[in-house]
Amino acid sequence: MSQLTLDHASASVEFNKNEPRVDWHDETLWFVRTKRDRAVAQIPEWEQLREAASQIKNHVLSNMHDLLVQFEENAKQNGITVHWAADGAEHNAIIHGLIQKAGATRMVKSKSMLTEECHLNDYLTQHGIEVIDSDLGERIVQMRKEPPSHIVLPAIHLTKADVGETFHEHLGTEKGATDPQYLTEAARQHLRETFLTRKVALTGVNFAIAETGGFVVCTNEGNADMGAHLADVHIAAMGFEKIIPRAEHLGVYLRLLARSATGQPITTFSSHFHRPRPGQEMHIVIVDNGRSRQLGRPDFRNSLKCIRCAACMNTCPVYRRSGGHSYHSAVAGPIGSILAPNLDMKQNADLPFASTLCGSCSNVCPVKIDIHDQLYKWRQVLMQEGYGPTAKTVSMKAMATVLESPRLYRMAGKIGRGVLRFAPVTVENRFNPWYNQREMPEPPAESFRDWYVNHKKS
Amino acid sequence: MTTRERILNSIQANQPSLLPLPEQFTFTSSFPDLTKQFSDSLAFVGGMAVVVPDHKTIEAHLKEHYPGMTSVASTCPELAHLADRGLDVADPHELASLNLTIIEGPLAVAENAAIWVDERQLPHRVVPMITQYLAIIIRQSTIVPNMHDAYKKLKVNETGFGTFISGPSKTADIEQSLVIGAHGARSLIVYVLP
Ligand code: SF4
Repeated sequence: MSQLTLDHASASVEFNKNEPRVDWHDETLWFVRTKRDRAVAQIPEWEQLREAASQIKNHVLSNMHDLLVQFEENAKQNGITVHWAADGAEHNAIIHGLIQKAGATRMVKSKSMLTEECHLNDYLTQHGIEVIDSDLGERIVQMRKEPPSHIVLPAIHLTKADVGETFHEHLGTEKGATDPQYLTEAARQHLRETFLTRKVALTGVNFAIAETGGFVVCTNEGNADMGAHLADVHIAAMGFEKIIPRAEHLGVYLRLLARSATGQPITTFSSHFHRPRPGQEMHIVIVDNGRSRQLGRPDFRNSLKCIRCAACMNTCPVYRRSGGHSYHSAVAGPIGSILAPNLDMKQNADLPFASTLCGSCSNVCPVKIDIHDQLYKWRQVLMQEGYGPTAKTVSMKAMATVLESPRLYRMAGKIGRGVLRFAPVTVENRFNPWYNQREMPEPPAESFRDWYVNHKKS
Repeated sequence: MTTRERILNSIQANQPSLLPLPEQFTFTSSFPDLTKQFSDSLAFVGGMAVVVPDHKTIEAHLKEHYPGMTSVASTCPELAHLADRGLDVADPHELASLNLTIIEGPLAVAENAAIWVDERQLPHRVVPMITQYLAIIIRQSTIVPNMHDAYKKLKVNETGFGTFISGPSKTADIEQSLVIGAHGARSLIVYVLP
């Protein structure tokens, strides 16, 4: 994993150097987006479903405290041990403690973006615990020592040749093999052996039900189930916003989630865990890690409604052409760009600018998060707090000075028009990011002000 | 103050004022033929539905579809004689060699071909995932139109574990090519009895 973190714009420039690959990435994600559209078209009440999903989540945000207390009480009665973690470090320490208590040194894990956010794998590896990710996409990127580049399709940035290469190296598949069926079979054998030999399994949580004290995990591969049902200890890690009031609300979310994600009517397995099986231990770690702070920001709290379907990424023209890694954050794309500055404003100040604000993300979001509006609002907060991108900060300061003085404004206009007409090279060069990929307009011969003054005279 | 109290206090201080739960959140789906909708949805997600008149026909279909299959288990009494092994093991790891498992599903959903099974149908939770091939028997009368209808009928916490299964295990993680049989069952046949 490269430690050097480029900002989004520079990382995108890197990504864009391989043009055919960018086109391929763009098309692959657009293909997923069109599958979503087809699935949505089959549900006449889609818009009302989104509205219902959004309103249920509005209630959840406004009743978070009581719902969590209710969930905890019911989960405990079900025989689940509930832990609370204020941040990533506490989350990691709790999980490490549970693994040690089980006398294990190895763990199998199914997909959880929360553990990515908390850098659990790194932490456990440093403490001598071997972690194997069992979702095929996650396993591929894990072998390559890369983070996932997408929250639903972790290896979407890789071609089958890349995967073939990786499996040849790590699983001993034939060199040059690229058949997805063959490669998947190799992973199946390798992971089956893993499932059968791990005493501790970790899963994420898609939904936690306050009313019943249980939780739901959705996968297509069945890897969460294989891990959890064979292990002596099942640990589930959840961000506290995953709570919903009642089981019947799952009807709304399960209808929306997979259709928005991949265009499937539902994931293959939607597993409802309520009690450990006899002889098993079940733990839930409820994590804050900045979420309560985001809950207190009226402009951004809606981001906590996210059900992690990734539709906003698949549709985003910037994501599709810059790749998930350019966002240098566990959750990439439009929603990640709202969540990341809450975690670290300075480190992630570039991300809300990685958007055209075209609004496509907000249009597809199944829980109606005002994504592009929030990105716009983050830009203002970041500029005010002095975290704006340097180039923008300098030019914005200059612009403010010019706009404040009518005389300077007129002069700037004159100079600008002159420069564009007589020395276009000063604008059309690679140091002007706005000119990159764009045709500059023909400058008008006369400013609007001059035109107005002349016409008023006549 | 414990972490729990700190988090809960912070949430309470930061949450907006109470908004009511919406009353309208379920919808009716109308399909002219629930069984056909179910079968079509299942085909779409890589499974196969077979409408059958009786258990004899299921048996014939299974024998034709999986000739000479060994390590077969069944929780369906009418098909118990097809099984050459039981599922009543002490440790679920012993199920690793299961080839074909026949179970019954009490509730199915037409819109997405999801079949609910819980611990009343599953001697071990891992059965439908660990077996190489899976067959589920459902009754036509138990097919409901959509997920809202399903949750109205279900008590999700009646047993400790329950899951909706829709199709065989699959992945598209390698260049978006659909591959059936990731970790769980490599195929799913659903028999629909009257
Ligand atoms: S913000 Fe909306 S569209 Fe994006 S991942 Fe979350 S729920 Fe899906």
